[in-house]
Amino acid sequence: MPRPNSRTLSVKAALLGALLGTAALLPGAAQADEQYFPLQSYRVGPYAAGGTGFFGGFIDYLTLVNNRDGGVNGVKLTWDECETQYEVERGVECYKRQKNRPGVAAWNPLSVGIAYAMIDDVGRDRVPLITVNHGRTDSTDGRVFKYVFPLLLNPYSESSGIVNYIGAREGGLETLKGKKIVVLYHGSPYGKETIPIYQLLAEKYGFSVEQVEVPHPGNEQQSQWLSIRRTKPDYVVLRGWGVMNPVALKTAQKVGFPADRIIGNVWSNSEEDVIPAGDAAKGYTAITTQASGAEYPVLQEITKTVYGAGKGNLDDKKRIGSVYHNLGIVNGILNVEAVRIAQEKFGKRTLTGDEVRWGFEHLRLDPKRVEALGAKGLFHSINVSVANHEGEGRVTFQQWDGAKWKVVSDWIAPDWALLRPIIERSSLAYAAEHGIQVRDPAAEEASN
Amino acid sequence: MEWQFFTEVLVGGLLSGVMYSLVAIGFVLIYKTSGVLNFAQGALLLFAALTFVSLTERGLPVWAAILLTLAAMTGIGAMIERAVLRPLVNQPPITLFMATLGVSYVVEGAAQLLWGTQVHGLDLGIDDLPLEIGGVLVSSFDLFAAAVAGAMVAALTLFFRYTRIGLGFRAVADDQLAALAVGLSLDRIWTAVWTAAGMVALVAGLLWGARLGVQFSLSLVVLKALPVLVLGGFDSIAGAIVGGLIVGAVEKLAEVYVGPFVGGGIEGWIAYVAALGFLLIRPSGLFGAKLVERV
Repeated sequence: MPRPNSRTLSVKAALLGALLGTAALLPGAAQADEQYFPLQSYRVGPYAAGGTGFFGGFIDYLTLVNNRDGGVNGVKLTWDECETQYEVERGVECYKRQKNRPGVAAWNPLSVGIAYAMIDDVGRDRVPLITVNHGRTDSTDGRVFKYVFPLLLNPYSESSGIVNYIGAREGGLETLKGKKIVVLYHGSPYGKETIPIYQLLAEKYGFSVEQVEVPHPGNEQQSQWLSIRRTKPDYVVLRGWGVMNPVALKTAQKVGFPADRIIGNVWSNSEEDVIPAGDAAKGYTAITTQASGAEYPVLQEITKTVYGAGKGNLDDKKRIGSVYHNLGIVNGILNVEAVRIAQEKFGKRTLTGDEVRWGFEHLRLDPKRVEALGAKGLFHSINVSVANHEGEGRVTFQQWDGAKWKVVSDWIAPDWALLRPIIERSSLAYAAEHGIQVRDPAAEEASN
Repeated sequence: MEWQFFTEVLVGGLLSGVMYSLVAIGFVLIYKTSGVLNFAQGALLLFAALTFVSLTERGLPVWAAILLTLAAMTGIGAMIERAVLRPLVNQPPITLFMATLGVSYVVEGAAQLLWGTQVHGLDLGIDDLPLEIGGVLVSSFDLFAAAVAGAMVAALTLFFRYTRIGLGFRAVADDQLAALAVGLSLDRIWTAVWTAAGMVALVAGLLWGARLGVQFSLSLVVLKALPVLVLGGFDSIAGAIVGGLIVGAVEKLAEVYVGPFVGGGIEGWIAYVAALGFLLIRPSGLFGAKLVERV
């Protein structure tokens, strides 16, 4: 084996020195008393409009906490972004790269595909994976999916919430008997995930359901809407994504189906979904876990202190308070509060991913605490536990008036009791398939 | 009534097909004169629509926005021709195709870098309300788009037949060496072709933008143009129109009448099935020139 000569050694030492020096100078590098949020963001590509809003809101909230409070109990929050363009392989690359930084608190990719690809990795690396409002439904069962948190809303709860809303609008769930609902879904695993749930809900409440697929990306829907017009449904549930949503609204207008009879799901509820549809979107209603608008105290504070100091993340200030921006802010609140709760148990220092996971499993924000955080009316509450990683989030419905979203319902609870057995059936099958030991929530709570 | 519904589906499909033809014509223009399958046509369409809508949102009158967008499209077309395709002249077609694939990513990125990632609405002032014609509902916007496509095809036909540069296009398309021999400037003609393709991209971008909203996914409409080109032929404007009509009608009728038996959602690929079937019978498409080579 050749021995390295002194010149080689000095070059290596110089390179090592330069590397360490660069690392120390990197902005946002996690050091002592810093908690790091790796962001697999997407600011270019087909879904950049959603990505810039969500990650912008998330960063704005972290900035607010740092500027206003000096971090969480003195622990500074840091982050950096890795561009995924919403592509799974890029998201996984980002994961491999970013996970090596110390003090990783949680992963928040806002992408079903990337989240699915990371599930095994986060279990191995013992860091929580947050899939707010999305992700695989059975990860709600924290007994099996210890590190995955579909906070606030999973796809099944979303479906139940929509049916509950339609029932309330018609004068009670019993009035749904004999009604006809069409679900227009995106031709992807995401779009198809709720097919069995709508069947189940139809059987329970006595309405008939027809589920119609729109092939990706959904920029042509003439035949689907002509068929819908022939079916003459009472409501159409729009389970879309991206360009499919405005095209659905425009094509509905084209065939004469009224927009106020179309109810959008949680990924069909943003300004980006309705603005391109113009007047065709007037009267369209969609589910949400967080209201839009900038009138909430936390939004006011962000506008004043973060944007006022020129540190806001959105390029266009008009987007403050938009649906994706507010989702990012709510996601920021949930992440930060999980860290705060975990610090109460483990100490006011940089926490490990597993400790932050504990924080998420004890994330209980009742309406009073939500109000104290300046988010009353922005979102309702959350109550996460070892067994329930979704956290009983409530939903509300907003109607587009041509210029802005307007809340048109109370906070509605999905039918969790109906959904839980199906979720458990799926999660236990996953556990058996992957050899996962199912956790005992009672025993874990007792040991805490 | 069933026949009425069938007619609605058929007419809707034909009108959608016209929209596909609009995109396909941009491909044909480039392919006809330079033999390059320009995969960047979708990105050009996105760039044109995004530039136009961003300029009007900044307060520019529509005519000025159209002129500036046209100038931008001419500039981009000339740049692609000069910087990418000219140095690759005489390279195999696959090399040129890959180059345009690369160009499409660059143009998409540049569009987002320059104008941002936000989704925009585009109102051309044409109501998209259903019109009842003989008991059949027809979209007024789709009728308008069909009229625009018709006007564009007529203008291009006149241009190719009666203008000096148009005749130059045809000469280059027929035989580049012979065109050079009679003193035609290939550089000038190719630059003009790219400019024309930019204009087509602007028209298609505005119509598709009004339909989908001006957003990134506009560049994906190229996927709708490909089976149209296979059916109609890569070098025929008439073929692009007829191919578009066939693809539109096949897609819609298949989705409505075959879809329910196979789980639905088939219109994304059924056009390709039709195109592949056609390819086996007539490889050069309905109107495409047959390739005869001496071996």
